[in-house]
Amino acid sequence: MDFISILSIFVLACFVGYYVVWSVTPALHTPLMSVTNAISSVIVVGALIAAAAAGVPGSKWLGLVAVALASVNIFGGFAVTQRMLSMYKKRERPGDKTHG
Amino acid sequence: MAEAVVAQPAWVLLAYLIAGVCFILALRGLSNPESSRRGNRTGMIGMAIAVATTLALHHSAALAEIAGAIVIGGAIGLVIARKIQMTAMPQLVAAFHSLVGLAAVLVGAAAYLNPEAFGIAVRVTPIASPSFVSIFPQSRIEMGLGVAIGAITFSGSVIAFLKLNGNMSGKPILLPLRHVINLGTLAAILALISYFTQDQAPLVFGLIVGLSFIIGFLLIIPIGGADMPVVISMLNSYSGWAAAAMGFTLHNTAMVITGALVGSSGAILSYIMCRAMNRSFISVIAGGFGAVASGGEAAAIDRPYKRGSAEDAAFLMAQAEQVIIVPGYGMAVAQAQHAVREMADLLKAKGVTVKYAIHPVAGRMPGHMNVLLAEANVPYDEVFELEDINSEFAQTDVAYVIGANDVTNPAAKNDKSSPIYGMPVLDVEKARTVLFVKRSMGGVGYAGIDNDLFYRDNTMMLLGDAKKMTEEIVKALG
Repeated sequence: MDFISILSIFVLACFVGYYVVWSVTPALHTPLMSVTNAISSVIVVGALIAAAAAGVPGSKWLGLVAVALASVNIFGGFAVTQRMLSMYKKRERPGDKTHG
Repeated sequence: MAEAVVAQPAWVLLAYLIAGVCFILALRGLSNPESSRRGNRTGMIGMAIAVATTLALHHSAALAEIAGAIVIGGAIGLVIARKIQMTAMPQLVAAFHSLVGLAAVLVGAAAYLNPEAFGIAVRVTPIASPSFVSIFPQSRIEMGLGVAIGAITFSGSVIAFLKLNGNMSGKPILLPLRHVINLGTLAAILALISYFTQDQAPLVFGLIVGLSFIIGFLLIIPIGGADMPVVISMLNSYSGWAAAAMGFTLHNTAMVITGALVGSSGAILSYIMCRAMNRSFISVIAGGFGAVASGGEAAAIDRPYKRGSAEDAAFLMAQAEQVIIVPGYGMAVAQAQHAVREMADLLKAKGVTVKYAIHPVAGRMPGHMNVLLAEANVPYDEVFELEDINSEFAQTDVAYVIGANDVTNPAAKNDKSSPIYGMPVLDVEKARTVLFVKRSMGGVGYAGIDNDLFYRDNTMMLLGDAKKMTEEIVKALG
């Protein structure tokens, strides 16, 4: 893929991000941060390429460490987001009072 | 030298595109708590697609080691996610940002050491000298920027973590000539990156990384605790730009799309936080806010104020038609949120309408207070943002301010000499009665400013620990 194609994707994605993030309700700004944290760990893709490549051991080890770090983030980020989101509840209707 | 283009099979490009779309949907889901959980799962699917695609494309003998790294990292992540207290979310997010930054640096370094594996280099065989691998000049710029942003994200987030976690004082640390040092370092990094295109020596790469670590550290130490919500959003943005820059280096669309999304998200959150504190982004970055505590508190202490008991408060609230609870970070520190929710339940049982009013910087990070209330089982449809509820205080009988201070200070509206003048605040003083829970009359708010609200005729001070006071009110109501 040439540079201009990637740049086009990048610029359009910035606009998508701008509009999508403004539509996020302020009540969910903390989960927004933790989930963006998790997805920015897509950098694991680069780490996997380095870890999978043969030839340069130093590069491979750096890749493996990066895979581990990014995995902390991916699993931790999505899990803590899910934990937070599961706390958001609507008002209980009178009658079914079940306190957790 | 030709700019050889990395050939990726069409199915790989499609898979990365699908992953990118999944991430967009994950953020889109957050427009509403109901759709947010599905959105989060979509995000997980996107990540699984990206990882599976990469592994399928690069058949490797190292699969076991890779799996090991994922299992170790994943297990640590899951344990942290389960154990972490909601009050500690800002620290956790800062720590996670630092990992993204460090991962970006490591990936950049790995690509530097083995550029052929990433398809960003060409083997050059000059006449009469041994052949060597030359990284494309354009890839060198992208790589240099990627590791620089990653390193800044890492060291900046480490400092933010230490400040938020209390390992380091929240007070700004102001070095002499810091603006000169910072701008000089930034200029040096940019100069090194452009020199990197001429000379791919390890020293140049190492200097870029080293100086970026230092500038990340220098940028965050002068920023005071009150500005931390901006800092943490800003680092969120940086971690996105780091991922995007690495995406450019590795010609990976999933990384570019995600980086752009996260980068814009962090930038918007920084803007929202700056606006909520009426601070310009530049002045936050320049740092130093909260360095000088006001010396005028001694004079203020003698002013007369009304003091009430938990019984008075319970009586006033039980008689009210509508009560608005205004929580601040102090409530979370005192672990009073469950007691507050109990109090609200008792009031609702007596037919009182109870609402919560949240200032954007009520917590230590964007949306923090909403999470803390949700954890205490407060329904999210009783919680309102500043602009949605501010007009209601005039028709409210009781405003119950607990753990908040500066965000209720009328000085922001009418005292031009106040450091917080112009900051949007909650109009609590318009309520018929303000019940203000505070440990003692001596202390001042986070920004170090006296609050005129304490001495108003319609304010009743409830002096004591936020949790104990609320529990006593619960007892009196029951």
